Amino acid sequence: LPARRTAVAGGLSMEKLTAYKDATTYNNFYEFGTDKGDPVKNAATLKTRPWTVAVEGLVNKPRTFGIEELLKLSPQEERIYRLRCVEGWSMVIPWVGYSLAELIRRVEPQGSAKYVEFVTLADKPTMPGVNSRVLDWPYTEGLRMDEALHPLTLLAFGMYGEVLPNQNGAPVRLVVPWKYGFKSAKSIVKIRFVEKEPGTAWNKAAKNEYGFYSNVNPDVDHPRWSQATERRIGEDGLFAKRRKTLPFNGYEAQVGQLYAGMDLKKFY
Amino acid sequence: MAAVQGGRAAARGQWLLARWARPLLFTLCLAPLAWLVWGAAADRLGANPAEALIRALGDWTLRLLCLTLVVTPLRLALKVPALARFRRMLGLFTFFYALLHLLSYAWFDMGLEPGEIARDIAKRPFILVGMAAFALLTLLAATSFNRAMRWLGGRRWQQLHRGVYLIAVLAVLHFWWMRAGKNDFAEVLVYGALLAALLAARPLLRRRAGLQKG
Repeated sequence: LPARRTAVAGGLSMEKLTAYKDATTYNNFYEFGTDKGDPVKNAATLKTRPWTVAVEGLVNKPRTFGIEELLKLSPQEERIYRLRCVEGWSMVIPWVGYSLAELIRRVEPQGSAKYVEFVTLADKPTMPGVNSRVLDWPYTEGLRMDEALHPLTLLAFGMYGEVLPNQNGAPVRLVVPWKYGFKSAKSIVKIRFVEKEPGTAWNKAAKNEYGFYSNVNPDVDHPRWSQATERRIGEDGLFAKRRKTLPFNGYEAQVGQLYAGMDLKKFY
Repeated sequence: MAAVQGGRAAARGQWLLARWARPLLFTLCLAPLAWLVWGAAADRLGANPAEALIRALGDWTLRLLCLTLVVTPLRLALKVPALARFRRMLGLFTFFYALLHLLSYAWFDMGLEPGEIARDIAKRPFILVGMAAFALLTLLAATSFNRAMRWLGGRRWQQLHRGVYLIAVLAVLHFWWMRAGKNDFAEVLVYGALLAALLAARPLLRRRAGLQKG
């Protein structure tokens, strides 16, 4: 998947990339099973063509995009982001895509649109995990409008210079690098502009554990574990010390102002 | 007639008394560890080897606990008294894998820092439950030797070692709590059901054996 290097501030981490093998075999994608080895085993059934993404709700130009059209909507860029999972591990991944803002601009949101909801595929025949009751399917996620418009918020179609492997959320997913990984919805089929804060899959499953914002924050522990440190996958083997987790996953300079005046302990 | 039956029962499982039986079991019990050590050395434990190792050692602790607890019901149901001679070794291997499980957690997850471990015990109830199970298991392992048995006296020793029931409950609770975040209880239920069946089997089989004797 050809791409140019991004010019977006903070868009190119200089850290050592996570091995492609690790990034494509250690995944949380519950539609294909809850074990991190499940997605790579089970996601071959996912059909990524034909694929459409319906964009609807409070916009002047609602419409459905075919995946081929989405791929060409805006020039593809390479972005190297840190990925911090809420479970306490992290990776560094070179994504390919463009800012979600490019898509949002083209559908002209109305003034009343305050949030964006992302709905992902829930296809029982091809996704064995959808038969389980772990989450309320389909998996949905959401962002506040200013978060969705932030240039770092990426609509990704590829990684490591290639199209997205199925287990990583093919053919199109979101990547929001300053939030815990589960905020970055995979295999998106619908984007809806709404007035009220949308419900999200993990927030519905456990309200006190997974807030709407879920910004990476070492000072706000998950109720069941500390978020102060993380294990960088593939780093120096078994005995590597855990790293200190950074506020907003190290993107505070770029996104901190979005949350000025907000109590991040309350809006976790 | 009774004598003939008794003779048959004694004959059953004779091979278990062979000299090689215990060394064989010992080797078998070490096999999972050898497999994991090889996997770690050859980088075959996946993207997160520390997590894989901690979890695998926990799984093997549970499996060995099940094996330890299957000895008595099996001995009573099949009337193979020779089985009893493997129980202590299985129990000690349960302790051994639990110790490795705890050590790998303390090392890989907590960097061997006592303060971190203490904070983690306070923070995560499932860690607390696991620690409690381990403490109890340590007590049983420490009193598993003949001299400890004599020192405690048969009855008190037996009462103490009934603590294994509590260990089984705590171990399953520890596992259940760990999986609760993912709402994924399939494996937990398998171990839970297995251990519940093994514990329930004891009084039933004992009563049957008692009635026959009477």
